Amino acid sequence: MSGAPVLLEMRSITKEFPGVKALSDVNLVVRAGEIHAIAGENGAGKSTLMKVLSGVYPYGSYSGQILYRGTESRFSDIRASEQAGIVIIHQELALVPGMSITENIFLGNEPGRGGVIDWKVANRRALELMARVGLEEDPDTLIKDIGVGKQQLVEIAKAFAKDVKLLILDEPTAALNEDDSQHLLDLLRDFKGRGITSIIISHKLNEIAQVADSITILRDGKTIETLDIKADGVDEDRIVRGMVGRELHSRFPDHTPNIGEVFFEVRDWTVRHPISADRLVAKHSSFTVRRGEIVGFAGLMGAGRTELAMSLFGRSYGTYVSGQIFKDGQEIVLKSVSDAIEHGLAYVSEDRKSIGLNLLDDIKTSMVSAKLSKISSHGVIDHVREYQAAESYRTSLRVKAPSVDEGVTKLSGGNQQKVVLAKWMFTDPDLLILDEPTRGIDVGAKYEIYGIIQRLADQGKGVVVISSELPELIGLCDRIYTVFEGTITGDIDRQDADPELLLKQMTSAKKAQRS
Amino acid sequence: MSRVKELQKSLFGGTTSNARQFGMIFTLVAIVLLFQILTDGLTLSPGNLISLVSQYSYILILAIGMLMVIVAGHIDLSVGSVAAFVGIVVANVMQDYSVPWFPAILIGLAVGALIGAWQGFWVAYVGVPAFIVTLAGMMLFRGGNQFIGNADTIPVPEGFRTIGAGFLPEVGPDTGYNNLTLLLGLVVCVAVVIREWRGRRTRREMMADVAPMWISAIRIVIPVVVVVFATLQFAGGRVGTSFPVSGIILGVLVVIYGFVTRNTAGGRHIYAVGGNARAAELSGVKLKRVNFLVMMNMSVLAALAGMIFVARSAASGPQDGIGWELDAIAAVFVGGAAVSGGLGTISGSIVGGLVMAVLNNGLQLMGVGSDRVQIIKGVVLLLAVALDAYNKKQGRFSVIDSLMRPFRRDAALSPASAVEAGQESGKSPVAG
Repeated sequence: MSGAPVLLEMRSITKEFPGVKALSDVNLVVRAGEIHAIAGENGAGKSTLMKVLSGVYPYGSYSGQILYRGTESRFSDIRASEQAGIVIIHQELALVPGMSITENIFLGNEPGRGGVIDWKVANRRALELMARVGLEEDPDTLIKDIGVGKQQLVEIAKAFAKDVKLLILDEPTAALNEDDSQHLLDLLRDFKGRGITSIIISHKLNEIAQVADSITILRDGKTIETLDIKADGVDEDRIVRGMVGRELHSRFPDHTPNIGEVFFEVRDWTVRHPISADRLVAKHSSFTVRRGEIVGFAGLMGAGRTELAMSLFGRSYGTYVSGQIFKDGQEIVLKSVSDAIEHGLAYVSEDRKSIGLNLLDDIKTSMVSAKLSKISSHGVIDHVREYQAAESYRTSLRVKAPSVDEGVTKLSGGNQQKVVLAKWMFTDPDLLILDEPTRGIDVGAKYEIYGIIQRLADQGKGVVVISSELPELIGLCDRIYTVFEGTITGDIDRQDADPELLLKQMTSAKKAQRS
Repeated sequence: MSRVKELQKSLFGGTTSNARQFGMIFTLVAIVLLFQILTDGLTLSPGNLISLVSQYSYILILAIGMLMVIVAGHIDLSVGSVAAFVGIVVANVMQDYSVPWFPAILIGLAVGALIGAWQGFWVAYVGVPAFIVTLAGMMLFRGGNQFIGNADTIPVPEGFRTIGAGFLPEVGPDTGYNNLTLLLGLVVCVAVVIREWRGRRTRREMMADVAPMWISAIRIVIPVVVVVFATLQFAGGRVGTSFPVSGIILGVLVVIYGFVTRNTAGGRHIYAVGGNARAAELSGVKLKRVNFLVMMNMSVLAALAGMIFVARSAASGPQDGIGWELDAIAAVFVGGAAVSGGLGTISGSIVGGLVMAVLNNGLQLMGVGSDRVQIIKGVVLLLAVALDAYNKKQGRFSVIDSLMRPFRRDAALSPASAVEAGQESGKSPVAG
C-alpha cells in the first residue's frame, strides 16, 4: 500500500480540553484505497481524533493541520466534512427506529426539490445503495424491525448516499455477531476494491489483523507507531504491545480453579417471548453451577442467553412457562428481582449504560444501589457506611477515580464496569451472572476484570459468564454450555473446549453428548 | 477544579444539581435586595413577609410533592383541581354534616389519598403516562368540585381557618415580640448549628476531608443571621400577627420530605427510577410501587394545600387552585430539577418557589399589573432553565465561574481523571 498516494494527512494535531491534553502532537497518514485501523486503549484519544477530523471539534478548537486530498481542510462542522466526502459512523447508530430504511438512508439528504421529497427517486436510489452493501430487505421496512447487523448496513448505505470517499467506522462490529461481523469486514474489502478508503476503530484486534492494511496505534493521546500489517508482519500480540506499552504475556491471569459441589441447578426452564406468545426464548433448559466454578454460555447473538439469564433473575424477561431453580438442594421461587437478590443471585447486564447504571449517580450511590438495606436501618441510609463500603470497593477493584463522589459518566468503560461489578458484589451473591462483562472495554481493563471474576470464584461463588467472544470463554471458563435458539446444545469441559467444537454446537440444534 | 467550584462544593455539599442551587440562592438574595430597594423597604417589612408566607405556602407545599413526581420522571397537572375538589368536599362535610374541623381535615387528607391511589393506579399499574392521567384528573376533579359545590362557594367555620389564616398565639410575658415566634427562631438557629456539627462529624467518620473551620463558620453564620432577622420581623409585626401556621406546616413538611428524599432508601428509589427506570428495576427497586406512591403522595399534599387555601380565603369556590400546577412545576424547574427526571432537591424547589414568589410579590408591591407580572415570570422561568441547559453544554457552571476565571488557580489534574475529563466533554466515555 505504501505506493498509493496519500489521501489524508493529519499533522501534529493537539487538542486540549480545560486542564487536559486529550491529543498531543498526533500524526496520521492514510493512503488512498487502504483500510487503516486505529487502535488504542479507552481514553487513548481515538474518538477525539476522529471528532477533530470530522469537524465535530471545528477548525480553531485544535492546533495542527489536516491535509485532505492535497489541500488543507478547515472543517467548521460535520456538514462541511461530509461535503468533502468524509463520513463517520458512530458506535451508537444514528438511525430513527420508527422510520423506514429509505427514509433513514436519506435523512437530512432527501432527494427532491424545494423540500418536497421525490419518493420514486428515493426508493430507486435506496435499492441501489442497499445492493451495494449487500442488504436484502424491503426498503419500506422499519429500522426497528431489522437486526443490528442490518442496521449497520443501513448506516453504511446512508454514508454512500452522501458520496463518501473516506469512511470512518467507530467500533463497527461491537454489537454484531460473528456472521454479521464477517459480512461487514468482507464489505470493507469490497469497498477497497472500488477505491473507497476506510478508517476502522476497533477493540477486536483479530479483525484488525485480518482486514486492515496499516494500523496507527495511539496511547495517552500520542501517536505511538504506524505499522504496515503485511510488511511488518503485525499480529494481535504486536498490536497489544503497542497499545499497552508493555508485553502482555497472557490475556488471562493464571488461575487454579478450586471447584466444589453443585449448588445451583436449573431444571427444564422454559420461557415465552414477552410479545409473540408462540415463541419460546428458552426451551427446557437445564444446567448446573458448582461452587468456585466459572461457567460460560456460548451462543450466537439472539440464541437466548441473555433472555435465559434475565428470566432466571426474578423473571425480568418474558413469561415464565415451566421450570425449577434449586439452590443448595432447596427449590427457590424467584418472582421478582428483589427475591433473586435476596436468594443470592446477581445479574450484571450486557448493556451497562442503558440498563446497568443510573448515569446520573455518583460512584458510591451506584455501588450500594442493589442492596440499600445493608447500609441502612429502618430505611434510613447511613451515609458513613455507604461511603466506607464504596471506598473499599474503589480501592480493591482499583477503580480509577479521584473519589467515590465522582459521577459514573466521567469514568471510562472499564471503570464503569468495575463499578457495576462492585454494585453486585455488594449484594453478597452466591451466583453471579455476568452478561458480556468485557464488552467495549480495553485490553488492560479486561485483564483486571478476568482477575476479579477469578477471585469471586475462589471465594466459593458460582460465576456464569455469557460472552460472544469465544477466546474469552475458552480462556476464562471451567466449563462452557452452548446455546442455540433457546436450547442448550452442549456442555463442554475446559480441556475439550476449542473454537471449532463450540461453533459447531452453537449452530446446531442437535443436542451433543457431553464430551 | 476551580477554587470557586471547590468553595461552592464545600458550602453546598457535592451533588449534581448544586451548581444550579448555588446560583438560585444568589438569585433569591439578589431579587430580595433589589425589591427591598425598589419598594423602599416594603419587601422585608413584617406585614409583607407574613403575607408572603401565607400567600405562597400552599404553592410551596405542592412544589414538594411535584419535585418527587418530577424526579421520578412524571408530571402532575391535576394538583390544582385535586386541591379544589378536596377543598369543596371538606367545606361541604363541615357545613352540611356539621363535622368538626379536625376530623374534616382528616377526611380531606383521606380523599386526597384516594384520588392519589386512583391516579397512581393508572400511572403505575396500567402504564398510562402521568401527563395523560393527570390531564384527565385535572378535568375530572375540576368538574367534581363544581358538581359538589354547585359551582358556588361554601364558607368554612372559624376553627378550620387556623391552618390557612392562623398565627402563632401570644403567650408568656410581654416582650414586645411574639414569644413563640422567637422560640421558633431559636430552635431553627440551634438546628442549623447541630446540623453543621453533625455534618463535620460524618465527614470525619468517612475519613474524608473536613472543610476548614471558616467554611463551617460561614455555613452557620449566614443562615443564623438570616433566621434572626426573619424571626424579629415575623415576631415584631402588628399585634395579633406572627409567624403563620401555614408556614409552620410548610416548614415541617420541608424537613420531613427533605430527610426522606436525602436519607432514606425509599427516597433514593425515587431518584433511581427517574434516573434509569430499567436499571432501577434490575437492581430490585419495585418500580410500580414507587410510581404509585409518588403519585399518591402528590395528591395528599395537593389536598393539604387545597385545605390551607380554603382556610385562608374562608370559603371554597369553583375557581380555587386554577393554575397552581403550573406554579408548582415552575418552582421545581427553576429550583434545578431535570425535565427528564432523576435530578432535583426539595430545598432547591423551595428556593425556586421563593424566587417566583418574591418576584410576584415585589412586582405587585411596585404596582406592576398582573399582565406584566406574568410576562416577567415567564421570562424568568425560561432563562433559569436555559441557563442550566447552557451550563450543561459547557460542562460547568459558568456565570460565576466566568466572572472568577481570572482568579482561578491552574489546578493540575491527575493523569487518569484528566483523560476522562477530556472524554466527558466529548460525551462518549466508552469509545476512546
